[in-house]
Amino acid sequence: MEFDVILQPENLALFWTGTLNSLALLLVSLVLGGLFSLPLAVARTSRHLWLRKPVWLFTYVLRGTPLLIQVYLIYYGLGQMEFIQARWDDSLLWRGFKEPFFCAALAFSLNTCAYTTELLAGSMRHVPPGEIEAARACGMSRWTCLRRVVMPSAMRRSLPGYSNEVIMMLHSTSLASAVPALLDITGAARSIYSEFYLPFEAFMSAGLIYLVLTLVMVLLFRQAEKHWLAHLRPRPSA
Amino acid sequence: MTPYILSILQGSLLVIQVGLASLLVAVVLGMAGALAKLSGRRVAVWSASAYANVIRGIPDLVLMLLLFYGGQIGLNHVLEWLGYLEPIEIDPFTSGVLTIGFIYGAYMTETFRGAILAIPKGQMEAGMAFGMRPWQVFWRITLPQMVRLALPGFTNNWLVLMKSTALVSLLGLQDMTYLAKQAGAAARGEIANAPLLFLAFAGFLYLVMTSLSMWALGWVEKKYSQGEAQEHG
Repeated sequence: MEFDVILQPENLALFWTGTLNSLALLLVSLVLGGLFSLPLAVARTSRHLWLRKPVWLFTYVLRGTPLLIQVYLIYYGLGQMEFIQARWDDSLLWRGFKEPFFCAALAFSLNTCAYTTELLAGSMRHVPPGEIEAARACGMSRWTCLRRVVMPSAMRRSLPGYSNEVIMMLHSTSLASAVPALLDITGAARSIYSEFYLPFEAFMSAGLIYLVLTLVMVLLFRQAEKHWLAHLRPRPSA
Repeated sequence: MTPYILSILQGSLLVIQVGLASLLVAVVLGMAGALAKLSGRRVAVWSASAYANVIRGIPDLVLMLLLFYGGQIGLNHVLEWLGYLEPIEIDPFTSGVLTIGFIYGAYMTETFRGAILAIPKGQMEAGMAFGMRPWQVFWRITLPQMVRLALPGFTNNWLVLMKSTALVSLLGLQDMTYLAKQAGAAARGEIANAPLLFLAFAGFLYLVMTSLSMWALGWVEKKYSQGEAQEHG
């Protein structure tokens, strides 16, 4: 084992950049995917078929196909469409498809959005009916009830499931290395591997970084659950 | 157009092969892991927990690259040390199957463990009281009930496993994803928006496979739950 090669400043710097890129990808995808999942979850639980079904189709397709194909579809598929290539120099709207980071982040956001929508919709269906009845009895409109009662309750209850989703997403960002010219943690390991031919050292270091990041997130979510799900914990007998 | 489509369809056969072979590895490892965790022996419990936690903390792709590139060198080191000087090559298919199987073995461990724990203990004890040997108890009492209880988790693991087979294309294995990408690059001049078209086709085939799996496993689940009190009508 030659881990001293990994510890050389330039290789450490490579892993550092990779870690920052991975975390940036994760953050962007979680924020975008999370924001869009809120209205989609409401539509998914709607009484109207024409609202519910399109969202169902969206999540079904995104959850039923490999993320790698979704990344390729955006980077190679959309990115090489004549329609988009003809426009991406002039219009801000299409310029993103030139950038590997944009393509990867778009694919990840859509993917996590689909999973988060289903998660949230599931929790919304399980909000105790009594809570909703009470809110309606207090005279809240449907919208107010959704905003004040259903959503906060559903979001709290989704927390344990969401922690799994975040960790899955962290691991999924490793697919960014399948897009050329994007250096994430896995990309850093691959470039060190191909330069020094040290597969064990390179990929084990990458694995270790992911493991530490996963652990940190598990701990953070545990704290978050303690805070936001405190009311669901069994009370200590006095 | 047709030759490209045919080659992608052919790639789908490889996806099924990789998927089923990995599933076999995963089920064997998952069973071993679950029994180890429930055995109560400290070393077995500890190693099974370490296996499950480490595997679930590292991305599939990194593990796959580690095993594919590192495993080969490691294996040859061991063989050299044992006195064999002929280097052995692990092909992408084997290392893909072994890695995916190894990863999903960790998830299967949890699924199977949960299923076994859900069977009332008294049933196993009754079996023992009748003079059955431990493996007879396992074979006659635990296993048949475990199948029913583990099926929802199993279905979920299988769906995720099947999608992760797309990663073997990054090891250079010519699976559906790899062929779709190649077809897209090759046909760029002749077919408009070829990359989009062929990749979408591969995605569609995956969707067909996941839908069929869900339907088939749902049917099996129904079959195994016959005689069980149904929760919803």
